[in-house]
Amino acid sequence: MSQVQTQAAPATQAKEPYLSATAMRGGYGKADILHGCTLQVDMGQIAVIVGPNGAGKSTAMKAVFGMLPLREGSVKLDGEDIIKLSPQERVYKGMGFVPQVHNIFPTMTVEENLEMGAFIRKDDIKDTIEQVYHLFPAVAEKRKQAAGELSGGQRQQVAVGRALMTRPRLLMLDEPTAGVSPIVMDELFDRIIEIARTGISILMVEQNARQALEIADIGYVLVQGTNRYTDTGEALMADPEVRRTFLGG
Amino acid sequence: MDILNALVVFLNFVFIPAAAYGAQLALGALGVTLIYGILRFSNFAHGDTMAFGAAITIIVTWGLQSLGISLGVLPTALLALPFGIAATALLVLGTDRVVYRFYRVQKAAPIIFVMASVGVMFVMNGLTRLIIGVDEQRFDDGARFVITVRDFREMTGLQEGLAFRTTQALTLVIAVLVVWALFWFLNRTKSGKAMRAYSDNEDLALLSGIDPEKVVRMTWIIAAGLATIAGVLYGLDKSFRPFNYFQILLPIFAAAIVGGLGNPLGAIAGGFIVAFSEVAITYPWVKVAGYLFPNWEPGGLLQLLGTEYKFAVSFVILIVVLLFRPTGLFRGKSV
Amino acid sequence: MSTNRQASAANPWRAPIFFAILAVLFILEGTVRNGMFSGSWNTALAILNVGLISAIVALGVNMQWGYAGLFNVGVVGFLALGGLAPVLVSLPPVEGAWQAGGPRLLLSLAVGLGTLALAKVVWTRFRKGWAVALILLAGLLLYRWLFGPASTAIEANNPSRYGNIGGLGMPVLLSWLVGGAFAAAAAWAVGKVALGLRSDYLAIATLGIGEIIVSVLRNEEWLARGVNNITGVPRPVPYEIQLQQNPEFIDFAARWGFSVAEASGIWVKICYLSLFLVVLLSIILLAELALKSPWGRMMRAIRDNETAAEAMGKDVTARHLQIFVLGSAVIGIAGAMMVTLDGLMAPTQYNPLRYTFLIWVMVIVGGSGNNWGAVLGAVLIWFLWIKAEVWGPNLIGFLVSPLPAGDVKTHLLGSAAHMRFIAMGAVLLLVLRFAPRGLVPEK
Repeated sequence: MSQVQTQAAPATQAKEPYLSATAMRGGYGKADILHGCTLQVDMGQIAVIVGPNGAGKSTAMKAVFGMLPLREGSVKLDGEDIIKLSPQERVYKGMGFVPQVHNIFPTMTVEENLEMGAFIRKDDIKDTIEQVYHLFPAVAEKRKQAAGELSGGQRQQVAVGRALMTRPRLLMLDEPTAGVSPIVMDELFDRIIEIARTGISILMVEQNARQALEIADIGYVLVQGTNRYTDTGEALMADPEVRRTFLGG
Repeated sequence: MDILNALVVFLNFVFIPAAAYGAQLALGALGVTLIYGILRFSNFAHGDTMAFGAAITIIVTWGLQSLGISLGVLPTALLALPFGIAATALLVLGTDRVVYRFYRVQKAAPIIFVMASVGVMFVMNGLTRLIIGVDEQRFDDGARFVITVRDFREMTGLQEGLAFRTTQALTLVIAVLVVWALFWFLNRTKSGKAMRAYSDNEDLALLSGIDPEKVVRMTWIIAAGLATIAGVLYGLDKSFRPFNYFQILLPIFAAAIVGGLGNPLGAIAGGFIVAFSEVAITYPWVKVAGYLFPNWEPGGLLQLLGTEYKFAVSFVILIVVLLFRPTGLFRGKSV
Repeated sequence: MSTNRQASAANPWRAPIFFAILAVLFILEGTVRNGMFSGSWNTALAILNVGLISAIVALGVNMQWGYAGLFNVGVVGFLALGGLAPVLVSLPPVEGAWQAGGPRLLLSLAVGLGTLALAKVVWTRFRKGWAVALILLAGLLLYRWLFGPASTAIEANNPSRYGNIGGLGMPVLLSWLVGGAFAAAAAWAVGKVALGLRSDYLAIATLGIGEIIVSVLRNEEWLARGVNNITGVPRPVPYEIQLQQNPEFIDFAARWGFSVAEASGIWVKICYLSLFLVVLLSIILLAELALKSPWGRMMRAIRDNETAAEAMGKDVTARHLQIFVLGSAVIGIAGAMMVTLDGLMAPTQYNPLRYTFLIWVMVIVGGSGNNWGAVLGAVLIWFLWIKAEVWGPNLIGFLVSPLPAGDVKTHLLGSAAHMRFIAMGAVLLLVLRFAPRGLVPEK
């Protein structure tokens, strides 16, 4: 496939992970949801956050994206401290975010959805649109159709495509397979692997822990807002303790 | 021949007036529906925004007339229109800054916005009265008719005449141009698409880097433009009286809801549905029937409802839509 | 940010202080004669009486807004509908009117309502759009065929004096209740359609019903003579002229040092005042009792969190309908009282700006959700509204006095009346923003 181009040259510091969110503590109201949660993703890696309901998986991701006020901890992207930036500013820094629900513009066409994804770009976006269509041929056929009329899986593809339009270096997906059929899920995971191969780091929250860990370079098991297990996807799958408690045997 | 005569009567008394009125309602409803789509409340001040825009335009028209500037056969008000739009845009932008923005930041309930818009309606109503008074004003100059009844009779040799007033022709032409420009803006420009995106999904629009305040400002400017144009055309066609613009609020809301609040195409369709129903239901059909069925002697005027109840027609349409399709015929924002 | 302000606002002396200020204003109006006050008790009491009626309207609106968050923009319609009751209930019957077309008229109205009911039944049973449309069309034609000749005949009956159907000759106080019932019926119909949808829809639907009720009153001459007005609505209190011819009253007036004409005016107004106070206090009492009952607790629970209440199985829409009907009934009662006070039913006076939006200013200023606040806001705003007629031109005259005489000055002087609208709108916006809970906030 053609490479989805990225905004900036890769960072020179090889040691530091591309995204490094450490010891995050914070919540919406007075009670904290995150209690010292750490997430790190290397360039081109797929990182998956799994865990039981209410573990703060989505919250952790929103914290990384600046949608949650943090009382402690740091968030660094490519070695740069971004903790003070708003979500919009983080988009400029190379982060892309796909919310779990309401992640498309339903009355706008597929193509317009992609255009809106690239709203902040001043240069020519035609190539990026073609790359997204190449990645998701199914929605390419429906480029003139309203996104709200597509099937669930295709909508998710539009949503991911919209986030890719800013040519992010880090793509964050909040439960991208929620509510889609197993076949569509496999297809979507294949696409995500493909995206990661182009050098884009992926951070995603998943309910379908087993399938997600299969494709994960690194997996984070969160429980009550803190890291319980952190390892490669393969290792987590092999760990009997993880299997028993979190993957249903 | 009789069928032709019936057709001419129909065109003269039903079709042309309803088309012009429908275009005026559609322009008004477009403003209401755009504000609803972006700011998410029903703007009760819209009628008085129309009145204010029309009042400023009339004042500028008088100024131009006293300077001896005119547009020949066309009304001078067309020249004054840009001034009216500019003044109205400034007024609504100021209103947004002082009134609505506060509630937007607070994320107040829609009904609070509606109530604030009622306060704004009061103020604008007072301003309009202050500027131009409460009396009726006629400000249409230039040629009165495109076709007069006599010309038409001579031209066709028919018994019935047909009058086509300049203001009616202007209304239709301007409405078509404005609607075309608006849709071009919404569907073809980046700013217009950003407006639609914001209306579709506010949070995602923010994530995509769309500046909400800019979208809101654009919306107000466009709404001011639509309101002023609608207000001036309505005033040219039916004479200007501030109170009329309060009364026209109901048909405009009916049109916007029939079409589905937040849906611009629906607002246009809604405007014509309301206008044609209103005119058709309050028109005495006896003359048309006389040509079509020469041997039938109907007892009355064949008028379903007196003209004094024309606003009841929009109300009934509104009720029917709320009963059976609360999201409107063309799928607006959710109930 | 708002919590601090609200905490300081919850002062138990707040309401009494404001009522005391109000009392001082009325005493000044009654006793001091200068550029600002009239110095006439007749004027002061006249303002107070209408203020009390406005307070009852405000109570009705406050029930809808304060208890349930319903925005009624058709207050003028419910008020006018209530005002129809004294005309139909307490006026003496018009000779010949009933014979001219009464039964046929009633039949036509029954046909109209029956058509709607039939259409509703057919729709719920069969869901056939065309059948409903057919029924409605046939019903409309039959209704028109029955109604037209009947109303024409009634209007032709002695048109210079009557031309209307006339009343039942019953006590006027009874008509106050009937007025409430009229308004309640209309509110039920509107609420049934518009409640349970988006909150704006009720606002828009009430705006419509308000305009339609007023235009019906204006145009249906057989009902209340339309723009020809109905005068001489019977009074529940003595007439001034009777008092002036009563020797005891002449003595009484002399003892207090008033002229007989002035004293009779004051006496009549005090009689009205007492009646209005009884109604006002009863409504407040009932409202407070209702609020403390389980029903009231449920209403408040719904208002505070509609979603939670719905999740607990409360039928929010049905409760909203109840409160909307009750509030409108109160407005209707006030409408009947107003016509009784004026002795006049003049459909042209029902102006939405005055009877819908001014009432809203009263409710918001007074403190939404608080009955005493609504009363305070109503009387205060009504007083200011009336006095603005005097103060406004004076103020403008003072402001423009440095200007040279000319067109601009004349225009500004002539426009003082319009300033009232701007001032009222500004007051509404300012209170809504800076003191959203009003002068007397809810406890």
